[in-house]
Amino acid sequence: MEWTQWITIPLEFEFMRRALLVSVVAGGVCAVLSCWMTLIGWSLLGDAVSHAVLPGVVLSYLFGFPFAVGALVFGAGSVALIGVVNRTSRVKEDAVIGIVFTAMFGIGVVLISKIPSDTDLMHILFGNVLGVSDSGIAQILVMAAVVLAAVAAKHRDLTLFAFDRTHAHAIGLNPRRLEALLLGMLSVTVVIALQAVGIILVVAMVIIPGATAYLLTDRFERMLVIAVAVSVAASVAGTYASFYLNAATGGAIVVMQAAAFALAYLFAPAQGVIWRIETRRAAPGTRTTVM
Amino acid sequence: MTAETAVELDGVTVRYGDVLALDAVTLRLAAGRVHALLGTNGSGKSTLFKAVTGMLAPQRGSVLLYGHSPDAARKRGLVGYVPQSEQVDWEFPVRVADVVMMGRYGHMGFTRRPRAADRAAVDAALERTGLTELAGRQIGALSGGQRKRVFVARGIAQGARLFLLDEPFAGVDKGSEATIIEVLRAMRDDGHTLLVSTHDLAGVPAFSDDAVLLQHRVVAQGPPEEVLTPDLLLDAFGLRAGDAAGARGEGVR
Repeated sequence: MEWTQWITIPLEFEFMRRALLVSVVAGGVCAVLSCWMTLIGWSLLGDAVSHAVLPGVVLSYLFGFPFAVGALVFGAGSVALIGVVNRTSRVKEDAVIGIVFTAMFGIGVVLISKIPSDTDLMHILFGNVLGVSDSGIAQILVMAAVVLAAVAAKHRDLTLFAFDRTHAHAIGLNPRRLEALLLGMLSVTVVIALQAVGIILVVAMVIIPGATAYLLTDRFERMLVIAVAVSVAASVAGTYASFYLNAATGGAIVVMQAAAFALAYLFAPAQGVIWRIETRRAAPGTRTTVM
Repeated sequence: MTAETAVELDGVTVRYGDVLALDAVTLRLAAGRVHALLGTNGSGKSTLFKAVTGMLAPQRGSVLLYGHSPDAARKRGLVGYVPQSEQVDWEFPVRVADVVMMGRYGHMGFTRRPRAADRAAVDAALERTGLTELAGRQIGALSGGQRKRVFVARGIAQGARLFLLDEPFAGVDKGSEATIIEVLRAMRDDGHTLLVSTHDLAGVPAFSDDAVLLQHRVVAQGPPEEVLTPDLLLDAFGLRAGDAAGARGEGVR
């Protein structure tokens, strides 16, 4: 078989073309957001929001709302709840996050088991990129467009917020509003990625690309570009791999994301572990300063 | 001619639960001078900074900055904030010029796309702080003194008149300390007002025109040599003047 056929054969199937579209859109949008998530240090919060949207998604299905609406309500609601419990009890924040998101997730699992629907629990938990409906694809495209438009308009403010929120406040911006914007975009993005890799693995999509890119550059604009490129490539590679291996697509995409991170971790020009060991050997006694 | 007032606090009281952080602090800082804000950790220095930047609204009392409320002053970009080193993520993927450009955001439109005037302001601020050559450097690849200058440049680009510097001498070497002091003086000579929080008592006369000794209330205010007296220090720091040199650098925490 010619190598080009490896690429073209899956494209002959309608379900594969749709799966690739969803994976690429989800991979791209998640990657954009992941840059701020990794820089602010919101990995745990990303995990929390991604799980907490489950009841919102189920209720949206029940009442015929777009998934994004329910996800936003429960994503934002959980973050608010985390804030309230954190401020009004002596329990530490990471414990509060753990309690709130598992509680929400538990509610979602109960709802799914009690509400008759053609949406399978397994599909929500692990993704069902090979069976996304027309309306599902339409929703994904609209949500992606909304998130990317917000990013295009506000990316400089978001980076300032991530870097120095005291200064943001000092020059008359509203850090709380920027925080809310970022969390809102996270909730919507989670719904996009949920269709591709499922709720449990969504956090990988909103963390790994940014972390990978962070190892490869010292410039934020480049970090965005690298994160998107790596994430889209991993999404395509994962979808193809699942086709040929007859394996779960969501899992395959996340494994590819992690593989890309591992390569950057080992071989990145300045930050890679291998490179740093080499420099240390070349100049004994000096600390490696990384530009 | 009466000197212009940069900061005016009148009976400012801030309480966190049972803890009284600021107890009816009344304070007037003249414009165009370097003011040292002295006090132990927990003396209310950071709370005072927060009240001045409007991050925190006092339960009682009022704050005026150049005659404006903190909110109005923020909208005008009057207050430049130079954070403590340990509060900055030095590995953040931004370059010197990017950080200085952040000073301009208050002057920009909805998407903060820089215009020619913004670029000119950034270039001028870099020039004034001697950072032009380093504009393309990632901020972590700078020395301690250069790092401070980046944030000072950000305030200059912003058009700030009052600069708050939070422990600028913490964790910097002697050489950097000297350059920071030079920058402070140059800023003052440009007509800016500087409020510098520090626990580095020995260095105070070298960089400040005035000193304020804070221990939840204003213990003393005036020329450094009048404020740094054994009795007043004992009152605020709980230590004798002979120990003051020992407090330098190790951090009264």
